[in-house]
Formats: sequence, structure tokens, C-alpha cells
Amino acid sequence: METKTIKNESKNTKTTERIPGSEAVVRCLLEEGVEVLYGYPGGAIMPVYDELYKYQDKIHHVLSRHEQGAAHAAQGYARISGKVGVAIATSGPGATNLITGIADAQIDSTPLVCITGQVGSHLLGSDAFQETDIVGISTPVTKWNHQITKASEIPEVFAKAFYIAKSGRPGPVLIDITKDAQFEEFDFKYQKCKGVRSYTPVPKTDETSLKAAAELINNAKKPLIVWGQGVILGKAEAEFKAVIEKAGIPSAWTILGASAIPTSHPLNVGMVGMHGNYGPNVLTNECDVLIAIGMRFDDRVTGNLATYAKQAKIVHFEIDPAEIDKNVKTDVAVLGDAKASLKDLLPLLNANSHTDWHQKFKDLYKIEYDKVIKNDLHPTKEGLTMGEVLKEINSQTKGEAAIVSDVGQHQMIACRYAEFNKTKSNITSGGLGTMGFALPAAIGAKMAAPDREVVMIAGDGGYQMNIQELGTIFQQKVPVKIVVLNNEFLGMVRQWQQLFFDKRYASTEMVNPDFVAIAKGYHIDAKKVSERKDLKEAVKEMIDCEGPYFLEVRVEKEDNVFPMIPTGASVSDIRLE
Amino acid sequence: MSTENKQFTVSIYTENNIGLLNRISAIFQRRHMNIESLNTSPSEIEGVSRFTLVVNITESQMKKVIGQIEKQVEVIKAYYHTEGEIIYQESCIFKMKSDLLFDERQIQNIIKESNARIVTVNKQFFVIEKSGRKEEIDLLYRELNVFGIMQFTRSGRVAVTKDEMKISTMLEAFQH
Repeated sequence: METKTIKNESKNTKTTERIPGSEAVVRCLLEEGVEVLYGYPGGAIMPVYDELYKYQDKIHHVLSRHEQGAAHAAQGYARISGKVGVAIATSGPGATNLITGIADAQIDSTPLVCITGQVGSHLLGSDAFQETDIVGISTPVTKWNHQITKASEIPEVFAKAFYIAKSGRPGPVLIDITKDAQFEEFDFKYQKCKGVRSYTPVPKTDETSLKAAAELINNAKKPLIVWGQGVILGKAEAEFKAVIEKAGIPSAWTILGASAIPTSHPLNVGMVGMHGNYGPNVLTNECDVLIAIGMRFDDRVTGNLATYAKQAKIVHFEIDPAEIDKNVKTDVAVLGDAKASLKDLLPLLNANSHTDWHQKFKDLYKIEYDKVIKNDLHPTKEGLTMGEVLKEINSQTKGEAAIVSDVGQHQMIACRYAEFNKTKSNITSGGLGTMGFALPAAIGAKMAAPDREVVMIAGDGGYQMNIQELGTIFQQKVPVKIVVLNNEFLGMVRQWQQLFFDKRYASTEMVNPDFVAIAKGYHIDAKKVSERKDLKEAVKEMIDCEGPYFLEVRVEKEDNVFPMIPTGASVSDIRLE
Repeated sequence: MSTENKQFTVSIYTENNIGLLNRISAIFQRRHMNIESLNTSPSEIEGVSRFTLVVNITESQMKKVIGQIEKQVEVIKAYYHTEGEIIYQESCIFKMKSDLLFDERQIQNIIKESNARIVTVNKQFFVIEKSGRKEEIDLLYRELNVFGIMQFTRSGRVAVTKDEMKISTMLEAFQH
């Protein structure tokens, strides 16, 4: 490999040993502290699997039921632990099945190392059995990727891969290894990577910009913070909390930023974006300084950019220089790691309380409560709402659970109403919106954090996209709690069809199987609830169950998620009904 | 910032890795931007490659694309320049029928006046090479096209900047 890297001459450096490439792969994983990996064997990766068999007391391989499940499980593992998730697959279809998970990890900045087998190097380009150009295919959705054709490359490439995946703005990397490189013997020696010449993971923070940011914040009459996952990825929760508490700034979150501070924190004013809270969306267009921290102004957050916070000065704390001015023009950009920047910002800030400004958020919350929240959480109609299920889960887990949600209406409801006391508790597919994410991601999350309650929430559509992973849960005895909010529709698409396509419900009605029977087929305890009076007891039974548990809740078929910013509308034109 | 398309010459210093060309071209492809010309070569620094490419986009798009290019792990630094900020050359080759050299005497004048040169002549054909700016090559093409061109090809742009690029300093900062 041509790239210049810095190697760590630590005690990890041992004398060389002559081993095959396949064993070197496993040894590299052990050197990087990998305890569990998710994957599926096949022809081109068999030598590595043979070594995984020999090393099974040191490293735990989890057999998924589909490679996409393996990738999402690795994501769930990474998202709850902050560690690098590892997925492994064979060449061809095994490799391409990983792609959705890799693309999801790329857009949600999740550190993954994905390993794929490849046909022998003499067969490359010959359209050999199960040959696919996975390096070419994965290029636009990886932070970095590399094909290994010689065993001797393995230690350096793996060291570099782990370094790149977890440093700076994290992301997925893919290593493709030809079968001959797995068989080839070489002198193994591992050195961790400490730097790559052409790569600056964390840009230097400019003191002038930090001071300029502090000045804008100190002079603001109506400041609003919008924070994203950067606070969590940067392990900056404490610094963030200190900053908002000192400056007294109302703070709203993007979906991936949720849980960085507790839901109940008095300065937490809720979620921004398409189905976010009324107050922070409307007041985005009234604040005088908008402070974005570790977020990227996604279109689902901003609505129409032409009318987004035009009256405000924009301060952007960000680790990735490419995000500055990408969607929203900033007045002050503070590059760098959130933890360090916020720590340095704190002493520059004046203490403040912004009492009148806070009152506006409270007033708008009252409106949202009366029009939306009350009916979601305390419905008077007959059918069950998704919101009341969330309320019941909150109450019985006391806000200590990690919520792994899928994509669609239930996801928006989960993000809106889940109560979080701990960071890294909202695990969902934010940027890519990958249906089928939740079930496998919950497996990874529970395995990485066995002491935490992990509750998966999916709709009847997304659940069936990776329903085969019930097999993994059964085989591995992973005690995840599986909640399916069944409305017999692809609910979010149906909602849009109702609102924007004159109720033409094109291919959104689902004829579903007996979900309880399916779960029981995998020997997972299961129950279905259709009436309000049974909900509390069913949730209790689920939480009390020591093993995995499946709970289907039949909810109102045609409920809609509000508030809602229609596509192309301004954040302040958010609809409450 | 101007919303009009302008021509930019992009210079990218990179590690010499397989697949990086794919990574860089994908950044343009994804945004539906056409690469007008592309050249890759070694740079003044051993082991460091240099991509030179030409695109017609707005300056605001250009800035964002540079950010995306620099984000790639194996890109050391990327720059964009307008025509006034660079010295550039393109190169082209014409293959023409040898009879023309004798039947159409003004061809020799065209070659002389355009500072082109004849690379080779045989009984069937002769080959003209010309390096220069885009307009010069366009002009020569128009002049020769009258007589019939058997083959024509043109290289990607190569360019150096008037200002210093400081890549070496940047690389020295990386401690081994």
C-alpha cells in the first residue's frame, strides 16, 4: 500500500510469526479488541471462518440469517457502545447484501469495519463464480475501502481500517480479501495505526472563530441550539450540558442527537424537523442566533432552505469541514471535535437564563400538547395509538431503555415520545431511512450492552424486511424486546398518499401473517394486544421476561403523525393537523 | 456568489492508490456534473499523484465539491482555480493524408503559424502535434478540418498555478 501511515511502536509490537492470511485476519481483529463480529460464511471467505472456528473462545462470531442483518447488527453494536462494529461476508451476493448497511452507516457516521472474501487474485475480472467488484460498488458509500491480494498487506490494511473507521467523523470501511491472500503464509506482526499522512481526522479549532461564536452567543437575545449526533460521537455530552446550562439556551435535537441529554432536562425543547416539535421548528425562524452543534442541516431538518432561519446568525460547530456552508451558510464556523470545542467555549460564555424566550417554547408546547400530544398519549377514541404504547414502555422502563426503532410512522412516534435518561439510547436509521434496520440493530445493541434493556420498535412493514433475524435471536438467545406496532399499512407512505395523493393507497395495504405464530416458531415468547385494557399487562410481561419477547400491538389503521412540515415547506409552516 | 457556471481547473494532490480515480469521479457523477477533461500524473513530490480536471459549474458548487474531495482519506489537498490563476496547456494530435502536404500548400503555413510540429511523415499519412491553450487548438482544428482529418485526439488539461501550493510543507508536518 502506498499510503504513508504512522505506526504505533508499542508493546503490541512482537516478533514476527509465520501464519496464513486467514489467521492474520482474526489476529488483527483481536489486536483491535474485537470481541464479537456478525456475518455469514461462503466460499471465498471460508479460510477466515476456519480460523474463527479455531479462535472461537476468543472471538464470538454471530451467524446472521442474511448479510444485511449482519451489517445492521454491527451498526447497532457500534451505536450503543461507541466501538467499531465488525461484519463479515463472502464475495458476490454476500458482499452486495452488506451494502445497505454500509450505506446506512456512511450517512449516519457509524464506525464499521466490513470484511468480504473475494475470488482468487488470478480470477479477478474474469467473471468468476461469485465475483463482484465490491470495492467499486462500495466506493461511494464507504469512508475508505481496500482490496488485499497479498497476505503481507493484511496487518497494515486492518490497522488503517480501524483507525479510519473510528477517528474523526466515523464511518464504514470495507476490506476485500482475495482467497489466495487468505491462504498465503507470511510473517505476521501487528502495529496499530496512529495516523495517515493524507487524512486529518480532526481539524484544528481556530481560537478566533471560537471567540466570535462566544460573542454572538453572549449578545443573543433569542439563541437556539440544534444539536446532532456529533455530541454523542464526540463523547461531549457533559461539555454540552455545561454549555447550555451556563448560557441558558433552549436546545433542540435532530433524530440522531436524541438522548445526548435527558428528555426531561428543562433546556431540552424537543426535536426539530419534519415530524419534530412545534416550538423548536417555528422558533427556528424567530431566533436571532442559531447554534448548530454536530449536525448537518439535513433536508428533513431544515425544510425549505430558502426560508430557513434567514433572520438568524448561524454558528456551526462541526468536525467535518465539508459540512460547513453545504446546506446553510454559516456566519461563524468552529471546526473541531465537539468535546474540545465546547470545553473551550464554556469559559467564554456569560451566564444567562433567557426566561422570556423560554416562555415562547412553553407556550408553543401547550398548543402542540392540546392539538397533538394529548390525543397521542391519552387517546379517548377506541383504537390504540402508537403514542400510548410508547408512553407505557417509558413508564415501565423508567426511561432507562435503549429504543431501537425502524423507519416510518412508528419511528417518528418513538423519537417524539420515548423518554431517555442515558446517552446512546436512540438507535435508528436517520439519514438513509432503512426499513428493516431495527430488528438486527437491536441484536447488536443488546449484545454490546447486555445490562441495558433494549426495546425494538418496528412497524409491520419494516419488521418483515429482516424478520429472518428472529433466527439469530433464537440461536444466540439475545433477550431483546420486540414490539411491532401493526396498522396493516405501510403507514408513512399511506399518510402521504392520504395528504398528497388524494387517498390513492397504492400498494400500501399489508396482508400480514400471524406474527405471534412466527415468533413462537422461533421459540420466542409472544403476545398480541388489540385492546387498551390489555396493554399495560402485556408490556409488563414483556419487560419482566428474561429472554427475548415479541409483542404485537394492533394500532389504529389510519392514524397520521403530526406535527408535519410538508416537503418544500418552511419549518415555520409546520402543520398540527 | 455567482449562480452562473464557470470553468474551473481542479488540482488534486493524492496518495497513489488504486481506486482513488473512481472515488473522485463518483463525487462529480453523484451531483450530475460532467468532467470536461481529466489528467493524472506524478507530481513534483515523489509518491504523490496529481489529478488535473476541468469542470463547468457554479463557484458555490465548486467549493462544496472541493470539500467532498478533500474529505477522501487519500486526498492530501485539493484546489480550484479560474483561468487567470493558472498556466495551462493541452496537447493534441492530428493524423492526415500525406498527399495534402503537396496538394494543399497552405497546410504548411498553417502548421508553421500555429507553432504545431510534424511528428512523422510516411507515404500514407503524416502526424501533427500541437500543445497550447484550448482556443489555439480549437483554431487549428477548424483550419485543418477543411482538408479532412483522418484522426484527432486531444489530451486532458495540465496546469500549474501562479501561486505557491505548499504541499511539501504540508507533508513535512506529518511525522513518521
